Amino acid sequence: MINTFSAFFMRRRNWTIPYVLFLAIFVVIPLILIVYYAFTNDEGMFTLVNFRKFMIHPEAINTFVYSVGIALITTILCLLLGYPAAWILSQARFNTSRTMVVLFILPMWVNILIRTLATVALFDFLNFPLGEGALIFGMVYNFLPFMIYPIYNTLQKMDHSLIEAAQDLGANPLQVFIKAVFPLSMPGVVSGIMMVFMPTISTFAIAELLTMNNIKLFGTTIQENINNGMWNYGAALSLIMLLLIGITGLFSNESSDSANEGGLI
Amino acid sequence: MVRYLAKGYLWALLVLLYSPILIIMIFSFTEAKVLGNWTGFSTKLYSSLFAGNVQHSLVSALWNTFAIAMIAATVSTLLGSVAAIGIFNLKARARNAVSFINNIPMLNPDIITGISLFLLFVSLGISQGFTTVVLAHITFCTPYVVLSVMPRLKQMNQNIYEAALDLGATPFQALRKVIFPEIRPGMISGFILAFTLSIDDFAVTIFTIGNEGLETLSTFIYADARKGGLTPELRPLSTIIFVTVLVLLIVINKRAEKAKRA
Repeated sequence: MINTFSAFFMRRRNWTIPYVLFLAIFVVIPLILIVYYAFTNDEGMFTLVNFRKFMIHPEAINTFVYSVGIALITTILCLLLGYPAAWILSQARFNTSRTMVVLFILPMWVNILIRTLATVALFDFLNFPLGEGALIFGMVYNFLPFMIYPIYNTLQKMDHSLIEAAQDLGANPLQVFIKAVFPLSMPGVVSGIMMVFMPTISTFAIAELLTMNNIKLFGTTIQENINNGMWNYGAALSLIMLLLIGITGLFSNESSDSANEGGLI
Repeated sequence: MVRYLAKGYLWALLVLLYSPILIIMIFSFTEAKVLGNWTGFSTKLYSSLFAGNVQHSLVSALWNTFAIAMIAATVSTLLGSVAAIGIFNLKARARNAVSFINNIPMLNPDIITGISLFLLFVSLGISQGFTTVVLAHITFCTPYVVLSVMPRLKQMNQNIYEAALDLGATPFQALRKVIFPEIRPGMISGFILAFTLSIDDFAVTIFTIGNEGLETLSTFIYADARKGGLTPELRPLSTIIFVTVLVLLIVINKRAEKAKRA
């Protein structure tokens, strides 16, 4: 018995087996369950009624479109604010220290709910009304570090001889940026966009806190349905969100295969 | 000129990023129930957070968070490291397949991971609580461990393991004496990553924690915020957490910088 056991584990590839079993139970089967629940009713019969419910329910559709809109605005604002910051941080001539970089990525390590509550506290303090403006500011505040860091990483690793070459060939600073720096930083930009867009589209709780429950995002709709025992409808909504994220992922894969070069880890 | 503008921009962004946290820190030193009311300097919130006789429920939530993170990070480090060694030795096709599934929990939004695991536990009729939260955290932490151990294996000289076996080591001895020292840095960074991911998590936890009264820091804050009134003791707690993380990160960075120069 012990001999067969050790013979089995002599082959190092067999060491994958415990984890493969774990992945099957906790990753693959749960995802299949989402699909199963999405296409069945309470009695476990096949049905499309969950998706029809989403289609004919203007509130659900509106929340969905609104959430995509908020996520897009947040992503664009993060890119506009974050790119210059990442660029300045990466330039040796501005002599920014590593500590400065740490200060920019530090908020990523603070619990997201604490960060959100801090924002709410700030708005209360300034008597700024909680609502759409607060929501967008709060989202940008929460996710800006996730945009800065990957862009900073690619900009820093960039081959500077290419920029010098562009300068030598007579490009003005703007041309250098548009023709050389920006295209070279694309992997970081794509991974930054993914890291901001995906969490913003799927957040819940944050929106409730920032708007005093006045604005609902799609993530909250899903959570409410699951909490209220509407598992089948909730699963169908989750599947719709997965689809959207899958499409975004494919899109970003096409525009850059080396996106994870600029990744977080 | 450009230099001042650039620096000014960075500082403006930092002020924007840190002003909410600063407000919380400042108002952790006053007693007022409502944030924004300054009723004079006091450290009462700090002492009531750690008052010996009535342990604040916030503190027990904090302990749960640490216990869950500790168990989840330890198990995922072991599971992930063993798995990484296995995956590394698989043939290309099988390796790609396992790596693909390994990526799913990292690419999935938290809410999807949470709901899928919730459906798993209810389908199996498992009552949700501490164990289910730990299992869920292992699920989303292990892929990161695999990813941080894998590069170490790639850098390692492949022949030394075989050499150890030829010299009469059992596979277990070879693992302990040859492979383990090589991948240890990857395991440590994987563990740290898993630990922080687990502490930070909210979305997966809320779907797997059940309703038996178990609270982690995240779910406590969430429940508290929904009730409308925020526990004032959250302010000193957030301050402590924030300062700890800040000091840790700066120390780690200074050390890395020194190591680079040396």
